[in-house]
Amino acid sequence: MNCRNLIAKLILPAFLFLFATTALAQTKTITGKVTDVNGTRLPGATVTAKGQNVTVATNENGDYSITVPASTTRLIFTSVGFGMQEVAISGNTVNVTLRVDVANLGEVVVVGYGTQRRKDLTASIVTVTAEDFNKGPIVSPEQLIAGKVAGVQITPGSGIPGGGSRIRVRGSASLDASNNPLIVIDGVPLEDAGISGSANPLAMINPNDIESFNILKDASATAIYGSRGTNGVIIITTKKGRSAKLRVDYSSMVSRAKRIEVVDVLSADEFRALVKSKTNATQQSFLGNANTNWQELIYRTAWSHDHNISLSGGIPNIPYRFSLGYVDQQGILRTSEMDRKSASLSVSPSFFDNHLRVELNVRASETENDFANEGAISSAVGFDPTQPVRATNRYGGYFEWLDPTSGLPNNNAYKNPLGLLYQRSDKSTVQRAIGNIQFDYKFHFLPELRAIVNVGSDRADGRGTVTVPKEAASNFRDSGFFNRYYQRRKNDLLDAYFNYNRDMERIGRVDFTAGYGYQTWEQENPRVPRVNAFGTVIDSSFYYKAEHTLISFYGRLNYTFMDRYILHASVRRDGSSRFHPDNRWGTFPSVAVAWRMKEESFLKNSNIFSDMKLRFSYGVTGQQEGIGNYEYFPRYTYSAGTAQYQFGNLFYPTIRPEEYDRDLKWESTSTYNAGLDLGFLGGKIGFSTDVFRKSTKDLLGFVAVPAGSNLSNFVVTNVGELETKGIEFTLNLNPIRTKKFSWESNFNITFLEAEVQKLTLIPDTTGKYTVARGGISGGVGNMIQALRVGHTPYAFQVYKQVYDASGKPIQGLYADMNGDGVVNTDDRYLYKSPEPKSYMGFSTQLNYLGWNLAFTLRGSFGNYMYNNISSNNVQSNITSTTNFLNNLHRSALEANFTNNQYFSDYYLENASFLKADNISLGYDLGRLLKKQGMTARLSATVYNAFIITDYSGLDPEISGGIDNNLYPRPRTVSVGFNLGF
Amino acid sequence: MKNMRILLLTGILAFGIVSCTKDLDRKPIVEVTSASVYANPANYKGILAKLYAGLAVSGQSGPDGQPDIAGIDEGFSTYLRQYWKAQELTTDEAVIGWNDGSLPDYHDMDWGAGNEFIAAMYNRIYYQIGLCNEFIRETSDAKLAERNIGGADAANIKIYRSEARFLRALSYYHAIDMFGNVPFVTENDKVGAFFPIQIKRADLFTYVENELKELDAELVAAGANEYARADKAAAWMLLAKLYMNSEVYTGTKRYVDAAAQLNKVIAAGFSLEPEYKNLFTADNHLSNEIIFPVTFDGMRTRTWGGMTFVVHAEVGGSMNPGAYGIDGGWWGLRTTKQLVNKFPEPTGAVDRRAMFHTAGQSLEINDIFTFTDGYAVRKYSNLTSTGAQGSHPTFVDTDFPMFRLADAYLMYAEAVVRDGAAGSMATALGYVNALRQRAYGSPAGNVTTLDLDFLIDERARELYWEAHRRTDLIRFGKFTGASYIWAWKGGVKDGKTVSDHLQLFPIPASDKASNPNLTQNPGY
Repeated sequence: MNCRNLIAKLILPAFLFLFATTALAQTKTITGKVTDVNGTRLPGATVTAKGQNVTVATNENGDYSITVPASTTRLIFTSVGFGMQEVAISGNTVNVTLRVDVANLGEVVVVGYGTQRRKDLTASIVTVTAEDFNKGPIVSPEQLIAGKVAGVQITPGSGIPGGGSRIRVRGSASLDASNNPLIVIDGVPLEDAGISGSANPLAMINPNDIESFNILKDASATAIYGSRGTNGVIIITTKKGRSAKLRVDYSSMVSRAKRIEVVDVLSADEFRALVKSKTNATQQSFLGNANTNWQELIYRTAWSHDHNISLSGGIPNIPYRFSLGYVDQQGILRTSEMDRKSASLSVSPSFFDNHLRVELNVRASETENDFANEGAISSAVGFDPTQPVRATNRYGGYFEWLDPTSGLPNNNAYKNPLGLLYQRSDKSTVQRAIGNIQFDYKFHFLPELRAIVNVGSDRADGRGTVTVPKEAASNFRDSGFFNRYYQRRKNDLLDAYFNYNRDMERIGRVDFTAGYGYQTWEQENPRVPRVNAFGTVIDSSFYYKAEHTLISFYGRLNYTFMDRYILHASVRRDGSSRFHPDNRWGTFPSVAVAWRMKEESFLKNSNIFSDMKLRFSYGVTGQQEGIGNYEYFPRYTYSAGTAQYQFGNLFYPTIRPEEYDRDLKWESTSTYNAGLDLGFLGGKIGFSTDVFRKSTKDLLGFVAVPAGSNLSNFVVTNVGELETKGIEFTLNLNPIRTKKFSWESNFNITFLEAEVQKLTLIPDTTGKYTVARGGISGGVGNMIQALRVGHTPYAFQVYKQVYDASGKPIQGLYADMNGDGVVNTDDRYLYKSPEPKSYMGFSTQLNYLGWNLAFTLRGSFGNYMYNNISSNNVQSNITSTTNFLNNLHRSALEANFTNNQYFSDYYLENASFLKADNISLGYDLGRLLKKQGMTARLSATVYNAFIITDYSGLDPEISGGIDNNLYPRPRTVSVGFNLGF
Repeated sequence: MKNMRILLLTGILAFGIVSCTKDLDRKPIVEVTSASVYANPANYKGILAKLYAGLAVSGQSGPDGQPDIAGIDEGFSTYLRQYWKAQELTTDEAVIGWNDGSLPDYHDMDWGAGNEFIAAMYNRIYYQIGLCNEFIRETSDAKLAERNIGGADAANIKIYRSEARFLRALSYYHAIDMFGNVPFVTENDKVGAFFPIQIKRADLFTYVENELKELDAELVAAGANEYARADKAAAWMLLAKLYMNSEVYTGTKRYVDAAAQLNKVIAAGFSLEPEYKNLFTADNHLSNEIIFPVTFDGMRTRTWGGMTFVVHAEVGGSMNPGAYGIDGGWWGLRTTKQLVNKFPEPTGAVDRRAMFHTAGQSLEINDIFTFTDGYAVRKYSNLTSTGAQGSHPTFVDTDFPMFRLADAYLMYAEAVVRDGAAGSMATALGYVNALRQRAYGSPAGNVTTLDLDFLIDERARELYWEAHRRTDLIRFGKFTGASYIWAWKGGVKDGKTVSDHLQLFPIPASDKASNPNLTQNPGY
């Protein structure tokens, strides 16, 4: 029996059987109201029977009614933004006043496999809830928290509609394996790999359905995820139904996006003048008479709209929430567009006197993408501005550079940017459904013990077609191009764990979890035929299918003594099908302690300190994402029909042995973390700092192995070490929080330093071993970055430019760095890096009588950029080309290089920046309507409002640090309307 | 009752946990493993085909995708493209106008251990050796018996194995020639993380010599194998080349041994292609002069390297791509005036081997990056001998003549000039004049005496752009130092003296750092 069947046929029925005939116990009903210090009633506050897992929410008037087992003695009241209150039950009415608790000390934090009280945390975990999310036209969920969390760097990919971001939690711990954090939605870890046809796998989740993010940063928090904890864990909790009464929320937003700048190339007149002064008569004869600003032509003002509706409430005792979303986003690059339809349903009924709680979440989305041909971006930069857009020819009427002898499009010249855009259709449809059902059973005879079973599934299906008509210059020689692709992925999950949570007077509070996890992934690329523009089948795509499985056992103990001494330990044992049975299992332990000094007598009554906690943790996490599924097998691969070899008159498909490392194993990262949390003045000021050191060994690297020792020169193997050190500071200010006026701010800054410590199986005694990385545009196979021991990963590997007395760079003259009298590749030195030395975020929110003003600033410092646009468009664009001309970057006039000097450090620029991601102003009309429970909000947001930087290119924020062909991020202005009743 | 349920539940969970760990034994679904692939005798020929294809293509997808080696652009990564560049760009025969990474270092002769093109050559050599070792290991008599493969299947597989040994010897010969003392691995080394030992150049010479001698008994008779598969003649030719350069590799002259092997090659039934240019066309597989080719096909053996590279890169300027059977030139390769001036005139009107394109080109090279500086070469074409277009305008059909009879003739002549005991001067003159008569179309170009200076130039005239030049110049003492200067030798327009250490390429920095057993070649 395979495991999926096992889940379906045995475990679930077993659970249902277990609960089938449980008797009902004695109960009592308590009612009351919940208000804040000003007497305002609080709707949506949570009321829980202590130790019982019975929870209700207050209605729109702040009233509640809860039926609890007769034995219940205390109720716990929580509400977002307020401190927790625990109140003894006396009589049938309990009214409470909640106090604003800005440090959120009383809140419950979502951790791996359960929740924990923030007070009891030993780990570095940051929670961002809906009210603190970034505002504006956000399509991809991670953008909601950009700049909000210390140690979390979210770099938006590009301006592509629905595009994703690069997320890094405390830098990168790996080189070739994945550096992406694990993302868990309602208990279902998502697959790291994307799906064909999607610009961004996360964008399939509607940001409007998200309630909170919990970011687990140190090993004390992430080790429970074992082999997937190294890069941090982001737990996304979606919105659930709360109150019994139906509530409807509708929101709508319209946005207008415009490009901010274009690449600084020569105008038609400047270009003409330059060509006339620098080139020969033949070259000058190619000049045209037009004045075409190609970059103006490929971009547009793009419009987007986004609509969401949600219904939530409770059909007696069954809270639910249902939402629908639709977003249609145009890209500023013509022909790019995405739209997404999404639906989600969450139902959380309770049975057997609340002993069994079931939570069902289902979300589905369909995204349709129109991808623009981004080749048009560099083409628009380089295309001769003196040429017209249209011409009379057989290439669809677009002006193209032709080879004079054959009359065919010139292979070496840029193709018409508009032709590239309009003569290519690249569409995809991606469907994704994620669902889970969780059974949470509290044992009748031992209410402190719960058994939780979570079964989930994540399915994605991506397909698309790319069509280029036969007259298009780009594919004229092949009579057009037609490609179809199809990919399916699925990921099934079972988690079963026990949780024992008991608060014992004098002995302390014990929270113990132990469980088992099974998760399996499958990818399948069905074979699809490929045809040319005439409909003739050229070949068909490869059929591919692969699976991998991860099985885990885990346990965690959190022990709190006297509310002040906290001990936390966890261990996880993971088995992965990606490794040979001998190396398959890895153990990932963590241990942590915390001391809540605030509870000590010397601080207990302090009016200045409202919180003080010291934390230390150490843990080991692993990594296996980002490598192939069968790397340890001696595999053989058949060649395609186009890579056969001839024997006699026959052609034979070849069979190639693949390189492999039978001894492949987990990459492991040990992390030390020390943290200090401080709260001042009743929580008006919150401060938190964490110092950490992550050391990764057995790095899964695709690296060179000794020649002759394997079946290729590079093998995925465990090699090398990497260390990342850093310090984070967070400051939360909530100085004013009255009914009329409130102001809160968050400032966070992170300093990071990473160093490659080992790259080879043996220590590199030459000090020269370098792995080239970072391919650039221009030439073929040129790489500008490198990995080398003792340096920052992906440091730029460049020649040191020599300048003349007037400060002008001298073409081809570089410093002889090793002093051997010859300037060759050995003289390229490692200089700077694309990763910042520090990055910060600042967000603030002001509320005054229904007005709301919020903005987020994000900064990055010490990061460098290789300006590939500038290095690639020098004078040889007009002097060395024959039969065509290319435009130049304005910098080419200053440097005066006649040939490309790709490896000169002249092209490295400091790309530190400060960006205003969004500025938003809102007004709550609900105040005017004076109707309880009714909200109506108008808002306006400027997204990507301004950038302060010295970088000369379009945008200083490009992950990877190579500026070339970036789909520019637009500035977007949006107007939104929210209505709730 | 309740406790019973709990027990039952726990039991079921425990059962589930234990049985589920079996799911960790995931096996490839699409890919085959060594266990399954060698069970079927029909697969062996496909694996052998890969050993040959390793000289031609870059990976399993053709023209690109699923590359064989990493660390360099896949299009650059083919064996032949790298071999061609290492042997030609470093000499008077070719310059290339591309600014790709450290590529210009070849002609500038200032390469270092970090040069990625040298590393790609080295990695290709060891890729071939690794694959050959794996095949030899998996086709041992014991393994075949284990798999119950016998009869005709086993007999065929033994021949395949001998060809794998030939291909390994070929790559080791290249290693000896270009890198000197190198890592040494055979079928007795298992695949995995270990540090191969470094073998001395002379010891590896002996190993390759013995291998080729042994193979003489195992390979198929000359001319009796399928086209493109190695036979005895290919092994004789390789052994002859080894002996010809023995003085460079080991310090010992072996010209008599070389001539003995060449005599066998010459007597094996090959004949000169009547028309010189037809050795380099899309249908050159029909030629009876080619002893060992590396094959290409526009539809079925596609690559961005190999002959696709050579044919496209030679075309640019005012050359009409259609006249070469291709859809566009890559504006890369030209030659220096030193090669051009070895011919009586550049158009082929006198010596038909002078296949230069001069229109729009200048003889002098002022800027290597400008295609029109230096005469272009029109030797290779994707048109057939009758002028028909190859099967695809991008990917060429033209095969690469790695070994051909003319080379055997010239080596024989050289062996005799260098050591009178190697053979007869009259025979040598006969061979040389056979080539010259083909070139001139008459006995007008015939010579009556032979000396080394004539022979090195004659080798250039006959064999330019066939990836012999670097080895030849070293053997004649003209590669480094001051005895022969060509345009842009040493990176200056008129050329200059360069250091003798350049006769060997460096062990790539990447391998030096990953294998502690390696000592770098002097001067790097």
